[in-house]
Amino acid sequence: MSTHDSSSGIHYLNVDRGFWSWFWTLDHKRLGLLYMWSVISMMIVGGFFAIGLRSELFSPGADVLTADQFNHFFTLHGAIMVFLVIIPSIPAALGNFALPIMLGAKDVAFPKLNRMSYHLWVMGAILMVTSIFRGGLDTGWTFYPPYSTTTDTAVFWALGGVLALGFSSIFTGINFLSTIHKMRPPGMAFFQMPLFLWAMYATAVIQVLATPVIAIALLMLGVERGLGIGFFDPTLGGDPFLFQHLFWFYSHPAVYIMILPAMGVLSELFATFSRKHIFGYKYIAYSSIAIAMFSFVVWGHHLFVAGQSQVASVIFSAVTFSVAIPSAVKVFNWVATMYKGSVSMDTPMIFAMSVIWLFGIGGVTGLFLAMLTTDMHLHDTYFVVAHFHFVMVGSALFAFMGGIHYWWPKMFGVMYRRPPARFLAVMAFIGFNLTFMPLFLAGTQGMQRRIFDYVPRFEGYNQLATYGSYVLGIALFGTLFNLLGSLKGRRGKLDSLGEALADTTKTLLWIPRNMLATGDGVKAGLFVLLSPFLVPVMLILAVSHFASWLADAILIRPMIHVSGLIFGNGGPASPNPWGGATLEWHTPSPAPPHNFDEAPIAGDPYAMEIFRFESKEAGYVPVNPDPKDPHLAQPLS
Amino acid sequence: MSLLLSLLALIPPSAQEPVPVQEPTASQEQANTIAQLGQLGDQGGDLFFPLAASDAAEVHDEVYYIVFWISVFFLFLICFATIYFAFKYNRSKSLEPQKSPPHNDLIEIVWTVIPTLICVYLFWIGMVGYVDRRTPPADTYDIYVTGQKWSWTFAYPNGAISNELHAPVGRPVRLILSSKDVLHSVFIPVLRLKMDAVPGRFEEMWFEAREIGEFEMFCTEYCGTNHSAMLAKLVLETPTDHQIWVDENSDPTAGLTPVEAGNKLRTVRGCVACHNVTGAPGGIGPTWKGSFGANQVFADGSTGVVDETYIRQSILEPNAKIVEGFASPSQMPSYQGQLNDAELQGLIEYIKTLQ
Repeated sequence: MSTHDSSSGIHYLNVDRGFWSWFWTLDHKRLGLLYMWSVISMMIVGGFFAIGLRSELFSPGADVLTADQFNHFFTLHGAIMVFLVIIPSIPAALGNFALPIMLGAKDVAFPKLNRMSYHLWVMGAILMVTSIFRGGLDTGWTFYPPYSTTTDTAVFWALGGVLALGFSSIFTGINFLSTIHKMRPPGMAFFQMPLFLWAMYATAVIQVLATPVIAIALLMLGVERGLGIGFFDPTLGGDPFLFQHLFWFYSHPAVYIMILPAMGVLSELFATFSRKHIFGYKYIAYSSIAIAMFSFVVWGHHLFVAGQSQVASVIFSAVTFSVAIPSAVKVFNWVATMYKGSVSMDTPMIFAMSVIWLFGIGGVTGLFLAMLTTDMHLHDTYFVVAHFHFVMVGSALFAFMGGIHYWWPKMFGVMYRRPPARFLAVMAFIGFNLTFMPLFLAGTQGMQRRIFDYVPRFEGYNQLATYGSYVLGIALFGTLFNLLGSLKGRRGKLDSLGEALADTTKTLLWIPRNMLATGDGVKAGLFVLLSPFLVPVMLILAVSHFASWLADAILIRPMIHVSGLIFGNGGPASPNPWGGATLEWHTPSPAPPHNFDEAPIAGDPYAMEIFRFESKEAGYVPVNPDPKDPHLAQPLS
Repeated sequence: MSLLLSLLALIPPSAQEPVPVQEPTASQEQANTIAQLGQLGDQGGDLFFPLAASDAAEVHDEVYYIVFWISVFFLFLICFATIYFAFKYNRSKSLEPQKSPPHNDLIEIVWTVIPTLICVYLFWIGMVGYVDRRTPPADTYDIYVTGQKWSWTFAYPNGAISNELHAPVGRPVRLILSSKDVLHSVFIPVLRLKMDAVPGRFEEMWFEAREIGEFEMFCTEYCGTNHSAMLAKLVLETPTDHQIWVDENSDPTAGLTPVEAGNKLRTVRGCVACHNVTGAPGGIGPTWKGSFGANQVFADGSTGVVDETYIRQSILEPNAKIVEGFASPSQMPSYQGQLNDAELQGLIEYIKTLQ
């Protein structure tokens, strides 16, 4: 692209540096990266618990954990993976990075709200992780009372964490809704948006409408626990079903907060890597909205054997099937997109094609659970566990990884080594299937979920699953290191210890300097008044400032260095390595601080023919070299 | 901890190895341990399911296989198309795609309508089976099932009480479920049945078994530390055998001395889930061994002697005086109104013997 070399090498990563430039950043791309690294860190924590669970379940009896430890492990695995990994993975990380660029906008509609949303997310994460050190958490991620109101573990910390994360999610949703409504460029009507944006729009609707319900439910739970006011516990005059209804009224739509963005990513991947216009654009767009709407009326299928009335169960079963149809339509359209295309089996496409199988299985096993008679046997067994892992991990996480591999060159301006990336993608696919396929059989045979110990006839399934989980874990770590390896030698010089300490001291004095140095009496008075609270805040900021330097020095840089030695890197990335036609591929890699040197002109997002492959560039270049109008007249048909 | 270690020692690493001989511990005394249920074997199943012990279970399996084969067909169709297209239209063959339309309304309608019809069909067969299996016929044989952390108690129409579920074959049996503390769930794999036991209300499930034998029953709603050990043995027997069994158990303490009655009641009533009689440390509740007559420190700092009054009070009001070092509030449900004076006396006399 002609703007590639004209931007004097300034991009969003090097325009500013240091702790504060990231802590107070308003740039959606930087916030996207912060979310991405935070989500990956939490995934490592949640994965540690997963490996602990699988190791314990390798054989019957207590092997590596006690029963109580096991209960804490599966609770924290679930809570961390749901609230801190899968829910923010694509919407917050990839959505923040890609959504405004795809719209040709400079940023989201409310950058400060966006930043606050990330800070709330961090607070939520800290609260959740704190619960591990404050007695743990053994309620299951579902927090069902009366168990959760009577157990003596750190439920309050986790509730606070989920509340903070909920607000973070709502704010992100509001931001994306406003951005999509108000900041589309000239020439981009709703039906000229990339399908990723349709998916994000549908997701944001769910985030804004459903999340308040879990906030209320968890507040009620907290009040019951703290003050003994009986909403849910029958000994206090409450009803445990009320909580189950409120919880699933959020948590079922939340499943679609996890899967809809993944579907959006897949729509982009199938079009780009088939080098073809996505098939049935309008049907995919409408199906996202249909899924979002249906998601609100199916929560009762979690209560088929909880004592819900037969009439309610029959109605919820019928409505549940309705979600299957738009999901199936999407899959058919993706596959049809490949027909007569030019299919590249590059890393993101391997992830995308894996999802056809994984989401296919996750989807059809959902039919067994939506059917009332089979659900009576399969409910709360390992069949359910395998089913939702196929959807949440097999589909959402694999799409997330596909998305990272797709946008990585745009994020960092470098390409990872593709052969190991492809190999590790296949390995993750095999490991995943080995982990969760046997669990379907364990479930139909009657192995109930959330158990620490089991009768010996379930042993074979569990051994296979444990081996599979190790393969999956190695593949995921390998993928991370392969990606990190591409960053070797591309980061700025590390501050010396002296500089870091001087910087940290400045951080410590940052608030008093700002409040006292202005000579503003009001600010000074406020500072004196609030100093008991500000002192710990200053200390926390200073410690995290220094900790970030330390982690960079002793952990991240060596890790990148070693990864680079092992995997190497794929060299600098061209502005459009894949041939995508959406607007983020019209700007240099990495993107400039405000995304575009010149305001882009939107056209059909899937008009692949406006780019042609240029081997000199190791990527695609516009057919029409005039940067003002890369789109040949190609209206959406 | 030691309870768990002993569990570890108790449970064979694989089905083939024999159970090692051990000092009796709390978990071994409990009538329904994982080790004991494990000895029931593979439940006579095939690849997917254990034995179907009722006609309804067989209907369930038929419905399952219908969905299964429909799913397999469509899944393989889609995946075959994906792989076929990936090779047939691979970029190594052509850098640019061939000309093809970006959408086709007829195809979209076809692949919307076909899944819709299939879904309507699946909903229908699922619903019919469900309604049948949720609507008990008139004149059922009713058994009350009570869940508590971490045991099941079954009460029969003639007053018999047990911690194994005995049911006659060839007759509709209705289970009336409730819970004393948190949510539990009755799951009987061979009958393909499941229903939550909810504190403060009654739920029901019913079956008409056709196979005689001993089978597994699990708890499938997470309920705390020993959730995985909350099991029971299901004994399906002929009506005659069942009559004999309930008659024998109609009065669990008949003809027994108070000490013998206490010893029996602690198993039937689920005391053994938390209280051992060997003195092993680390149980959920205090051990009974050597407890009578001892000076005890309570959670609130007060002290007292464990005497008849204290034991009676602890059974009826578990939260009144909690021994120091144990969960507060207590995990134990109250037995108020469930044990009569003779039974309480039996338990007290039994505890006295454990010196």
